[in-house]
Amino acid sequence: MSVRNLLLGSGATRAFARGWLVAGFVFLYLPIVALVIYSFNASLMPVVWGGFSLRWYGELAHDQELLQGLWLSLRIAFYSASGSVVLGTLAAFTLVKYRRFLGRTIFTGMVNAPLVMPEVIIGLSLLLMLVMMQRWLGFPERGLLTIWMGHLLLGLSYATVVVQARLQDLNPELEEAATDLGARPIQVFVLVTLPLILNSLVSAFLLTFTLSLDDVVLSAFLSGPGATTMPLVIFSRARLGMRPDINAAATIIIGVVSVGVVAGSLFIFRAERRRAAEMAAAQRA
Amino acid sequence: MTPATAAPATLQIRDVVKDFGGGSVAVNHVSLDIHKGEIFALLGSSGCGKTTLLRMLAGFEIPTQGSILLDGQDLAGLPPYLRPINMMFQSYALFPHLTVWDNIAFGLKRDGMPKERIAERVEAMLKLVQLPKYAKRKPHQLSGGQQQRVALARSLAKRPQLMLLDEPLGALDKKLREETQIELVNIIHEVGVTCVMVTHDQEEAMTMATRIAVMSEGKILQVGAPAEIYETPATRFVADFIGNVNMMEGTVAVDEPDMVEIDCGYCRHRVGHGITGTVGMEVSVALRPEKIRLSRTKPEGQVNQVQGTVRDRSYFGSFTVYNLELAGGRRLKVSESNVERHREDAPAEGQVAWATWPDTAQVVLTQ
Repeated sequence: MSVRNLLLGSGATRAFARGWLVAGFVFLYLPIVALVIYSFNASLMPVVWGGFSLRWYGELAHDQELLQGLWLSLRIAFYSASGSVVLGTLAAFTLVKYRRFLGRTIFTGMVNAPLVMPEVIIGLSLLLMLVMMQRWLGFPERGLLTIWMGHLLLGLSYATVVVQARLQDLNPELEEAATDLGARPIQVFVLVTLPLILNSLVSAFLLTFTLSLDDVVLSAFLSGPGATTMPLVIFSRARLGMRPDINAAATIIIGVVSVGVVAGSLFIFRAERRRAAEMAAAQRA
Repeated sequence: MTPATAAPATLQIRDVVKDFGGGSVAVNHVSLDIHKGEIFALLGSSGCGKTTLLRMLAGFEIPTQGSILLDGQDLAGLPPYLRPINMMFQSYALFPHLTVWDNIAFGLKRDGMPKERIAERVEAMLKLVQLPKYAKRKPHQLSGGQQQRVALARSLAKRPQLMLLDEPLGALDKKLREETQIELVNIIHEVGVTCVMVTHDQEEAMTMATRIAVMSEGKILQVGAPAEIYETPATRFVADFIGNVNMMEGTVAVDEPDMVEIDCGYCRHRVGHGITGTVGMEVSVALRPEKIRLSRTKPEGQVNQVQGTVRDRSYFGSFTVYNLELAGGRRLKVSESNVERHREDAPAEGQVAWATWPDTAQVVLTQ
């Protein structure tokens, strides 16, 4: 029986399939819906409904610890995303364009290792290395720099995978055509390759930005005094007992992300439809 | 005194070898002279080394051995971006993020040409390929034929000394291809650029090229004008590769200075010219299907004739192909052009018919 029959077959199987679908969505999204609703809860107890209120949103504005954590997280996310895209692009370019060089296998393995390595292991080994470095060199102090290094390590791998996929799709004749028309290798990269993989660079940036922004494990190992990222603030507070202001902070994040994703999808959808229409018009002419 | 035809060729390929390693040699000791203004076609099936040879001219591959000279200058060590050679790619390779105008101007800008002169040249190119109205469009807003013309304009814009065409019409559908062939040749002649094209399509090579080199397994088998390659193929492979052919194996029975007879067992050929051979030598006789006539009655006074049974016939509109079964199960392909709308005496399937051909129709092959 094909998947199509399973989903659209007889009445009974259809109802069964729909039921599963709904159950799945409820399982995935009910906690988030509950979180959003309870962010408007007037009561101090996070599980007791005490009427509608925007009180926790107001308190957020004065929560210096959380705001500082957010600002730090955003800075680290921006730096590590930028670094990941630059290094990831170079790594991907090397892997796609140079089929044979000494140490290629090791290089490939090293670039991909953080994708499969448990984060706890990465965090622990980085911490051990940093402790030793500090003992012998007195550098670096744990804080923004060390968290950035950890996130960069992880982000680099993800960025490489994204950019590599795009580069492999690229028609090699495009770069050859540019060379043939008199462009030197660096001009080929800047004038042809880069504009054509720009979308994947944006994707890689957003992916690694998100990865860094919500990372707890690496940050926990690599943070120092005075460098507490927002996920670390939330995590440490949750251990001391839930407070509704965390719900409010989470709701704001969900709101920003949802608006961003929906707007992005709409933009891409429109652009693709326009492109398809233009191509169809060109063929008719 | 040197006659004009003995002027050194624009492009000289001298004993070029390309060995990628791994046992097979992609291009095997190829030497060619290509003259100014020629459209030269490298013809062969895929994997015969024609594309590798083209890429060596462009500079994307470096010959293992041998040299390539353009107007007397050795191209060795010159990277693709410094060669006065431009290529039209099979996929056209138009830059999708640039407009038609910017695509054509790309090479000119790399040369640091002043802005006004770039504009002038781009306008001229757009006019040449009849696309002035499309300057602001992006490649995806063009049809396949228009994209092909932009690619042509782009590779001509720098006025290269040599233009390379990689399967120039491969991406177009059949009807459009036939129109474009003629248009492309007209534009190339108008500009007067020397061209080397690569194709696996023999019709394309025949209609467009002034000379053709047939390639197989890295070697050049024969070089000549289209009619020469078709009517006097040098080897069995060339005869078989270009067009349809009936190949018959036989031995030389009579060898006179102005006539030979070849006995193929089921059929005896009289050839109206002498060959370099001796009686008893094994040869192949190549006979094109369109040079054979069919009749339902035994023809009088024709030496070259054979009787057979029509096994099937295929109607192609302008001509009909008969598949004749000869004695001993041999097959003979006959192509008759349909001069009349309804031919009364056309042999039907299962009927006995005689095939005849003049003594000038065959090609005797010893290789």
